[in-house]
Amino acid sequence: MRFVKILERILIMIPIVLGVAIIVFLFMRLMPGDPVDIMMGQGGSVSLGEIEKLREEFNLDKPLYVQLGIFLGDLLHGDLGNSYVQKRPVDEIIMGRLPATIELAIGGLIVSLLIAFPIGIISAVKQNSWVDRISMAGAFLGISMPGFWFGIVLLLLFAVNLHWLPVQGRIDNSAALQQVTGFYVLDSLITGNRAALGSSIKHLILPSITLGAPMAAVIARVLRSSMLETLRADYVTLARAKGATEFNVVIKHALRNALIPTITVVGLQVGVLLGGNMIVETIFGWPGLGRTVVSAIFDRDFPLVQGSVMIYAFIFVVTNLIVDIVYTYLNPKIQM
Amino acid sequence: MEATPLNNSDFSSRLIGWRIRLELWRRNLIDLFVNLKKHPLALVGGVVLLIYLITSLLAPVITKTDPNLGDLHVRLTPPVWQEGGSWDYPLGTDAQGRDILTRILFGGRVSLAIGFLSVGISALVGTILGALCGYYRGWLDNIVSRFADLLLAFPYLVFAIGMMAFLGPGFGNLIVALTFKSWVEFFRLVRGTMMSEKTQEYVEAAKVSGQNTFAIIVEEIFPNIFNSVFVLATLRMGFLIIMEASLSFLGLGLPAKIPAWGSMVAVGRDHLLVAWWISTLPGIAILILVLAINLFGEGLRDILDPRLKVE
Repeated sequence: MRFVKILERILIMIPIVLGVAIIVFLFMRLMPGDPVDIMMGQGGSVSLGEIEKLREEFNLDKPLYVQLGIFLGDLLHGDLGNSYVQKRPVDEIIMGRLPATIELAIGGLIVSLLIAFPIGIISAVKQNSWVDRISMAGAFLGISMPGFWFGIVLLLLFAVNLHWLPVQGRIDNSAALQQVTGFYVLDSLITGNRAALGSSIKHLILPSITLGAPMAAVIARVLRSSMLETLRADYVTLARAKGATEFNVVIKHALRNALIPTITVVGLQVGVLLGGNMIVETIFGWPGLGRTVVSAIFDRDFPLVQGSVMIYAFIFVVTNLIVDIVYTYLNPKIQM
Repeated sequence: MEATPLNNSDFSSRLIGWRIRLELWRRNLIDLFVNLKKHPLALVGGVVLLIYLITSLLAPVITKTDPNLGDLHVRLTPPVWQEGGSWDYPLGTDAQGRDILTRILFGGRVSLAIGFLSVGISALVGTILGALCGYYRGWLDNIVSRFADLLLAFPYLVFAIGMMAFLGPGFGNLIVALTFKSWVEFFRLVRGTMMSEKTQEYVEAAKVSGQNTFAIIVEEIFPNIFNSVFVLATLRMGFLIIMEASLSFLGLGLPAKIPAWGSMVAVGRDHLLVAWWISTLPGIAILILVLAINLFGEGLRDILDPRLKVE
């Protein structure tokens, strides 16, 4: 039964992904100006014949629905077109940048969970204590803070003034890391390069905190409020009456049930994580997809922007699918 | 004498209906102010928001300095409390010798204008579509709801960045990019409430008494939804202001000549080593404004619509 539900959920994804692709396609076609003119720049030293040839090459001479058909067909083969600027396939560029972005996103996620869980649990258990009040004030500050500003303050404090952590990049060049997977922390472990491991983790700290802290604020607030509900539930009273230790009551009975709404929010926050990484990568000179998109926008490299936006949406949709599946395992009552 | 039956299509009886509604709204508003006193933090938030509004509106009166005109002789002057600071430039100057305080005051106009406009348009579009779809259902509801689901498949900032990439910088474009997705939340809220309100007895009564559908939606149902929409609008405004600042920070917001807090933070990055204040202070201006709006919004929610959940 569960298998059928999961399959159903995966099938629902197909029209969504298709719709996302169509929206991104329309973005590109409905913008003011002709893509070929933009590609040629303002130079104007191109002959009309050449422009016609380019229009043919990019299928701009065909009606919109034919263009859409070609675009979707290419997409099925994983062909996102060629970058105007780098003259390479867009999927190749994206795949090259993706490991850095995923590594940073995982870092942000870990930081946010490490902050949110202890705070959410303790605040709920010690409701209205000073720990609760300070934590919730901090969380409120967290949701009201512009992420890019927080990153710069961290940079100013820990990198520029205290020199504890590096300012830019993913790793020191001197670490001489041999790349295997593109995930530097993982690669350092695989190749047993301790210097590279230290350096890559050091480079990860500030960007991960910048990315993870605002997310931690949201998760902590949700976890606290759902913990407050579960702590008052009958099954928790029953567990206490049966003589379970307070630790077991809180973790096994209350937390487990409070996880259900929390997981949903974590899933939605992945969207924030993906958007936030464009900003964090820009601040910390992180060579990932986010920074690539931002610079592609300024280069007016539209195929690259288009492909990246699509990949971001795709990752977001898939993450929410995974969250939905995890959800069913956590909550046997819910049949998706 | 024969008594004329009370007919809702009769102009004078509708006028009476509206006068009663206005009176109820007036009382609700008074209640709101009385209740706000019990929420000191919300009150503080409201007052700070008001101060921001006034100083932004009066920016050209408060300061005579041109926000875009710099004096290179005084470039990188620190704030007044730091050594080398001066009261001429209370919050210091940037690398072009422009007064930071002046630029923050003018930047507030951008943030508030975009915040109010984008929230207002989103709420309007979302409410109208939500009311129509929730009341009539059918093919319109199918199309709009599917489109809304699609928009939710994009992370917010990614979507806004993508749109700005294709539209190019500019005030109108920024509003379009921000509202293109944010009406969805209002739509879902109003559509859902509409569907449940529609089955209530007072709606049946209005139908039986011969009111037309427009009057039922606007006069009977909407007053019951208004509070939720208003609270959601307040809570979303802070978010949209941060989104605008983020886009400006990336250089995708307004043209560079208009002072905006996000672009001020971005410009200051090049001088972090020597002048911490250029990046940090405009960021604090955003933080305080958004904090105030959120405090105000959460207070409003507690008073007006405690069940509303916004993540």
